[in-house]
Amino acid sequence: MRPFIYVSSFIAVMVLAFWAYRENYATQAMLREVSALNREISGMRAKFDMQKAEWAYLTRPERLERLVNSNFDRLQLLPMDAAQFGAPEEVTYPPEPLFGLTIDPNASQDELIP
Amino acid sequence: MIRVPLRPLARILSARQKGENPDAIERENLRLRNEGLRDRARTRAEGRLLFMGVAFFMIFSIIGVRMGLLASTEPTEPRLALPGSEISANRADIVDRNGRILATNLQTYALYAHPQDMIEPARVARELAKLFPDMDAEAMERRFTDGRKFMWLRKKLSPEQMQAVHDIGDPGLLFGSRQMRLYPNGHLAAHVLGGASFGAEGVSSAEVIGIAGVERFEDERLRDPNQTEPLALSIDMTIQAAITDVLDAGMKQMNAKGAAAVLMDVHTGEVLSLVSLPDFDPNDRPTPILTGDPGDSPLFNRAVQGVYELGSTFKIFTVANAMQLGLVTPDTVIDGNSPLVWGKYRIHEFESHNYGYQTVSEVIENSSNVGTARIALQVGGERQKSFMRSLGLFDPSPVELIEAPGARPIVPSRWPEIVTITTSYGHGIAASPMNLAAAYATIANGGSLVTPTLLRRANAVPGDRVMSEDTAHKAIDMLRAVVTKGTASYARIPGYPVGGKTGTADKPNPQGGYYNDRVVNTFASIFPTNDPKYALILTLDEPSDNTMSRARRTAGWTAVPVAAEVIRRVAPLLGLRPVATDNQPVDVMASVGE
Repeated sequence: MRPFIYVSSFIAVMVLAFWAYRENYATQAMLREVSALNREISGMRAKFDMQKAEWAYLTRPERLERLVNSNFDRLQLLPMDAAQFGAPEEVTYPPEPLFGLTIDPNASQDELIP
Repeated sequence: MIRVPLRPLARILSARQKGENPDAIERENLRLRNEGLRDRARTRAEGRLLFMGVAFFMIFSIIGVRMGLLASTEPTEPRLALPGSEISANRADIVDRNGRILATNLQTYALYAHPQDMIEPARVARELAKLFPDMDAEAMERRFTDGRKFMWLRKKLSPEQMQAVHDIGDPGLLFGSRQMRLYPNGHLAAHVLGGASFGAEGVSSAEVIGIAGVERFEDERLRDPNQTEPLALSIDMTIQAAITDVLDAGMKQMNAKGAAAVLMDVHTGEVLSLVSLPDFDPNDRPTPILTGDPGDSPLFNRAVQGVYELGSTFKIFTVANAMQLGLVTPDTVIDGNSPLVWGKYRIHEFESHNYGYQTVSEVIENSSNVGTARIALQVGGERQKSFMRSLGLFDPSPVELIEAPGARPIVPSRWPEIVTITTSYGHGIAASPMNLAAAYATIANGGSLVTPTLLRRANAVPGDRVMSEDTAHKAIDMLRAVVTKGTASYARIPGYPVGGKTGTADKPNPQGGYYNDRVVNTFASIFPTNDPKYALILTLDEPSDNTMSRARRTAGWTAVPVAAEVIRRVAPLLGLRPVATDNQPVDVMASVGE
């Protein structure tokens, strides 16, 4: 009985030692990976901050106004005005179908008037 | 184990034959056995002792080596146990009420030198002077070679400059990582943001500290690593930009040397826009001027620091006070015959008008000094003082700017009846446009005190009641009448009913008395008067409208048209639906058809 306990505990110690050895290196590898990921995250965060700053710089009101002015012939954007507000009643309903015919809203003028 | 018998038969028999005592054999054998046992026990004990010694030696050696290793290695930063909770060392961003960035951080580099590592100090100095025009090559070379071990060269480098320094290629030039504060919108809201600078500087990092405005006031909050959320201001960037635009154009047109505007939500006290012109670029903050009037520096925030006599805009407070006390109604007739003689003083109307008998409402419409003075005399000094104090006109504005507490309104120390008279129409008492905005907002929201703030508020907390809702509504109607019938006729805007009061005050001369040709024009307005939501205070410093033969310096000619243009621009941006104003129906169809 005794030799069996000796042998089996020796084997158990070896197995546990092997397991601990492996765990140790796995943990170290994991820690390295985590720090690499953290570095990557902080790098990406820095890039994101840079992009955010750049976006804010590119969409600053002063620049947008300059762009609107220089592209006025294409965009024709003007400051908002009270006269641009409308009432819901002013929105027209779609036209009633004529004699049961439905009018394709995308159809051109020639197709509708033969 | 083979046990040796104590009395082996063969030896006993032979001993008997020889006549020897067989017991001696037994004793001898017993002795030998005991000695054997003793020797074995000793060996085992010695083995155990050796084993323990070796084990202890090894354990203590391991501990010793480990301690030595720990003591000799470089310390590393402890890893944070929780993922995603890593400390962000960045200063928090500042955003406007819609989350658009007003201030953020940018990774940049500082340049420093280790002159002892330099290979060609003379060439480095020459090349650096070429890159940075403010550096002097000879002075730099002298400093590189005078034996110092370290020197800062540049606090911030642009990526291009950094590349150029790399290209110099000297090992004595080194870069230190830096976070710099960036204000992407340049001049926009400069006085609100203030600016930032470097505090304690190390080679690998530097502390960014706020030096003015909100940056300084909220420095603790912005630096707190546990609060990574951006700081949301109440400012609306679009509206701020629109008002800055209009105000700048208006200031130039009216030949003013400065201008300020405050737009406030009358229910929450949130300041949607705070403009002070001339302004500056917080990315490159100018140095404060040391000579002359600090009020002429672009750093001076006219809306908060500028404590001006705001003139007739105060008249509505006198009237509201009297109505609140039940002394007058809008239709009470007041003796407005000018001049009013009080002791050695004579109170005149503007341009020597004489309005005669007029109702309280007409006193406001005509901006009658004499009428207001008579109402104030009915109210009395003590009640006038406590009413104005309750509107916050005697205390610095509690806005979140470091400059605010220093801008204390100038209030007369004694309060004789002549002070009651002059204060009633805003002379001899000075407050900032921000104070005035909060007071007008208090009237506009129906009489609850408004505490101005520059931070976004989730929900409005109604302040103490200063006047009854009925009084506030009557006051609002009077302010509306000023626009429809009185001195602010330029503020009639299609779609948006505006109410307000003009104020023109002569600027005090530092040598004593007042200037004849220098005024501060103010238009304090609320809109839309059918359901007041916003208060706008617009101030022009030393304006004069020179389009006619005679320069005009009254608020009705200068501040009101500019304020009207501001409201025309921002009211749609604020999401206000136009309503049909008196005698000005909204011509929606016509404009839609265009």
